[in-house]
Amino acid sequence: MGRKILLEKIDIPGINTFDGYRAEGGFSTVERALRSMKPDEVTEEVRISGLRGRGGAGFPTGLKWSFLDRKSNNPRYLVCNADESEPGTFKDRFLMERNPYLLIEGLILSSYALGSNTTFIYVRGEFKYIIGILEKAISETRKKGFLGKDILGTGYSLEIYVHSGAGAYICGEETALLESLEGKRGNPRIKPPFPAVKGLYGCPTVVNNVETLASIVPILAMGGMEYVKIGIGRSTGTKLISACGNINNPGVYEIELGLPVEEFLYSAEYCGGIKNGKELKAVIPGGSSVPVLPASLVCRTASGEPRLMSYESLADGGFATGSMLGSGGFIVFDEDACMVRSTWNLSRFYHHESCGQCSPCREGTGWMEKVLHRIESGHGRQEDIDLLVSIAAKIEGNTICPLGDAAAWPVASAIRHFREEFEFHVNNPALVSNPRHISFAKHSQVHV
Amino acid sequence: MGLRIQHRIFERDNLPVEFSPAIMEKFRQLIARYPEGRQKSALLPILHIAQEESGGHLRVDVMDFVAEMLQVQPVEVYEVATFYTQFRLEKTGKYLIEVCRTAPCAICGGEDILDRICSRLGVQDGETTADGLITVQSVECLGACGSAPVLQVNTEFHENLSLEKVDELLNDLKKNAETEKDGKLKWAEKFC
Ligand SMILES: Cc1cc2nc3c(=O)[nH]c(=O)nc-3n(C[C@H](O)[C@H](O)[C@H](O)COP(=O)(O)O)c2cc1C
Ligand code: SF4
Ligand code: FES
Repeated sequence: MGRKILLEKIDIPGINTFDGYRAEGGFSTVERALRSMKPDEVTEEVRISGLRGRGGAGFPTGLKWSFLDRKSNNPRYLVCNADESEPGTFKDRFLMERNPYLLIEGLILSSYALGSNTTFIYVRGEFKYIIGILEKAISETRKKGFLGKDILGTGYSLEIYVHSGAGAYICGEETALLESLEGKRGNPRIKPPFPAVKGLYGCPTVVNNVETLASIVPILAMGGMEYVKIGIGRSTGTKLISACGNINNPGVYEIELGLPVEEFLYSAEYCGGIKNGKELKAVIPGGSSVPVLPASLVCRTASGEPRLMSYESLADGGFATGSMLGSGGFIVFDEDACMVRSTWNLSRFYHHESCGQCSPCREGTGWMEKVLHRIESGHGRQEDIDLLVSIAAKIEGNTICPLGDAAAWPVASAIRHFREEFEFHVNNPALVSNPRHISFAKHSQVHV
Repeated sequence: MGLRIQHRIFERDNLPVEFSPAIMEKFRQLIARYPEGRQKSALLPILHIAQEESGGHLRVDVMDFVAEMLQVQPVEVYEVATFYTQFRLEKTGKYLIEVCRTAPCAICGGEDILDRICSRLGVQDGETTADGLITVQSVECLGACGSAPVLQVNTEFHENLSLEKVDELLNDLKKNAETEKDGKLKWAEKFC
């Protein structure tokens, strides 16, 4: 364990410049692929590698690429999703800031494989300095002949453009992102048709996450067959995990998939344990949209197996006792965290970010926020807890895009695992009526 | 963005809209990035620059100007400007302080940071100081949760905040206001 392939060279001085990156062997996969491989051969390596989308859903990248309509006479587009707005997730920012040329190299390889001659990077508007870094990296790469017309004399032409969002979580959803890229509100589209058939400007389009596209470089460098050997089972390769919350060493870590959660959480190499010597209370392992795990289910699954950082192990137990790897946003709560307040906070987030197109999401997120606030501020009623469960169930699966599910799961899972804490709020209004009772859980001694 | 469901009357103030030749050239370069006939795609990047050049918020006249430049209906610009939180329709201070309020920051003291700023400036979340210098706005996750609590001043990150650091920052802003003409990071310089 501990193998690094995305962040391996991150500390080499000058790796964030074209020459520094090139001196470390950068762009050699582009030279090889464009000169001696057919586009389909690149896609085939990606398929063999077993790489799964790093944006959240974990869909196999090679399979996604194979769906792209190659018969259409329209241009084909690759769009890089650098919206990074899932609470708890800040890995793409790190990668783009520290090793921007790795992403550019991955984009050239992927664009070549997909036959895209115009590729966009959609960056959230709040990352303005990242936009500057990417613009500079693109223009340097272009000057050196790896972008533009007739790259390296191979006849393949590619332009990469940065496009900025403007503050809307929903634009991370791929079809909302495409709408936004077309200069519209970020309202997700009804699928099908999928972007692979009708995406940007109605043309066949692939949308992939920053980390996914950067991973294409090591895959081509070592070959899909080698990449498969890294990781565990169907969770191949490495994953960037952004760890935050009440831990000693918050930050971005590259882990080999399959690393035990216990090691990730407690070893000094990674999170370094809970801050201020406190007890662990809960972890949201894959960005705010995935179910929360109580301390008892973080390091072990319900059946007592060690829990691993992999797509399968984190999901072990389904929604009853498991969660998801998601985007790799690992949020740690210590014993002082109030789960009611945190759940209310996240419900407010989803309500604020709902695009408002479908009523279950638009109305449901608003009601969940209201009811949670009522409980949190000491005005809750016993039946409110079941009301929340029922609202969540009515949103889930009944919306155009997965934001509805993403809003429902945190609420449903928090109540499933921390019901006593919600009941305590309802039964002890005087104790909880202070709106900032962060350390409520401690004095109430529930569910540590 | 979200559910800023609101009825808004878009009134022109009939003040002139003018951008420098350099900025107009930026606009042209941005439009040229998108395929023929897809100039509307440049709307978000152009609005960022137009807003900054207009002093931090989008007047109706400015939006109309952008609509004409992109050959779209004014309403197509209004509906975008009202959807995205970074576009501001009200007058905004020279410094816009956006404080992250989402859970990962909140459990690391983010709520106290917001409180401190509001009480030091004597404003509520969303308001601008009487001298027009600073607007405070709580926002959702800024994608920097590992260095919580986090805020941005005109999209420049300030991370690993403490109450002391915030006090210092506010003092610095007031000091800089006298010497600095604009915020530090300019959209137009970042693009192209
Ligand atoms: C509400 C919502 C927000 C999302 N936000 C992001 C995001 O910020 N970044 C991202 O890469 N994917 C995000 N996704 C996932 C994308 O829709 C899409 O699945 C992903 O970009 C595909 O890339 P991948 O296959 O490489 O993971 C989001 C999905 C939803 C439903
Ligand atoms: S689920 Fe929510 S965010 Fe997604 S389309 Fe419906 S209203 Fe919009
Ligand atoms: S929660 Fe504050 S930056 Fe993510």
